[in-house]
Amino acid sequence: MNDFDPRIVVYCCKYCSYTAADTAGCLRLQYPPNIHIIQVPCTGRVDILHILRPIEEGADGVFVAACLDGDCHFLTGNVQARKRVEYVKRTLEEIGMEPERVGIYNISAGQGHRFAEIAHEITTKIKELGPSPIHGRDK
Amino acid sequence: MIVAERKPISEILDMIKDYHRIMLVGCKGCVTVCNAGGEKEVGILAATLKIARKKEGKELEVAERTLERQCDPEYIEQISDIVDDFEAIISMACSVGPQFLSERYPDALVFPGLNTKFMGGALAHGVWAERCQGCGTCIVHLFGGYCPITRCSKSLLNGPCGGSSNGRCEIDKDIDCVWHLIVEKLTRQGKLSNILSVQPPKDWTTSRDGGPRKVVREDLA
Repeated sequence: MNDFDPRIVVYCCKYCSYTAADTAGCLRLQYPPNIHIIQVPCTGRVDILHILRPIEEGADGVFVAACLDGDCHFLTGNVQARKRVEYVKRTLEEIGMEPERVGIYNISAGQGHRFAEIAHEITTKIKELGPSPIHGRDK
Repeated sequence: MIVAERKPISEILDMIKDYHRIMLVGCKGCVTVCNAGGEKEVGILAATLKIARKKEGKELEVAERTLERQCDPEYIEQISDIVDDFEAIISMACSVGPQFLSERYPDALVFPGLNTKFMGGALAHGVWAERCQGCGTCIVHLFGGYCPITRCSKSLLNGPCGGSSNGRCEIDKDIDCVWHLIVEKLTRQGKLSNILSVQPPKDWTTSRDGGPRKVVREDLA
């Protein structure tokens, strides 16, 4: 499984984790290139479908990086995102897929080190799970 | 509105296990408002079914259509040109939807994607509660605006029963005793005398006891 190169989508809030990724870059911190970042104006914008579609297309994992609890620029976007992630986890479980392929992290804009750490953590987790059962079947 | 809930994925997957080309038909009426069968829920179910099938190494072609309503023939008609292209149809409307689709397209295999729960309203975002049982003769004005048929677990018209405790119903402590609410409201309004007279047995012929019902407005029909 060492040659497994996961494709992982991470929705990053522009007010926190996207900036944290920038901070990680400024600090010259290395993290796995498997992470494909999509910037969103708030993780409250991340819909259930935004998480399901990449999985349908063969992504090995989909994660949401939201603001710390109580820090959402739009008050409750991160809380809403967490509920949607939980919904998708239950859905994956229902159809017999590992719910750990989706998840949510809370991070602040200044936590560049934490962002890199999370990127490593996610990649390791997905590598342990192995390729998505949909991997390579979409085309 | 009519409140519904999506069936478990496993049940829907079992319904369509023999088919490879299906159409999901949503409804922009009540089930959109209660987040069970609108355009978004159709998309979510389509994605989920495709993921489940791909996981098994099989393909599933899913078309998504969301009609204005599934309880009016003119909107059901809007899929007449494509209905024959699919092996099965899943209606994401209340139970009226799959029945109307089946009646209009007798050769189509139509499956219900939702479980229809009740007539009610939203208490908060994502929380719905029952308020009407469609008895056909509304009497809520006699009970301070509450419907004892719907909201009393025993549908008592002369309540409360002995199971009322601290304003809660004996069958579940999360359920309000509607008779407690009725007495409180009528006391506040100074109209407690409303419920001092004994309600006679209700005529249920206007409800389901009279068989399937129909409403005809002569000036429109």
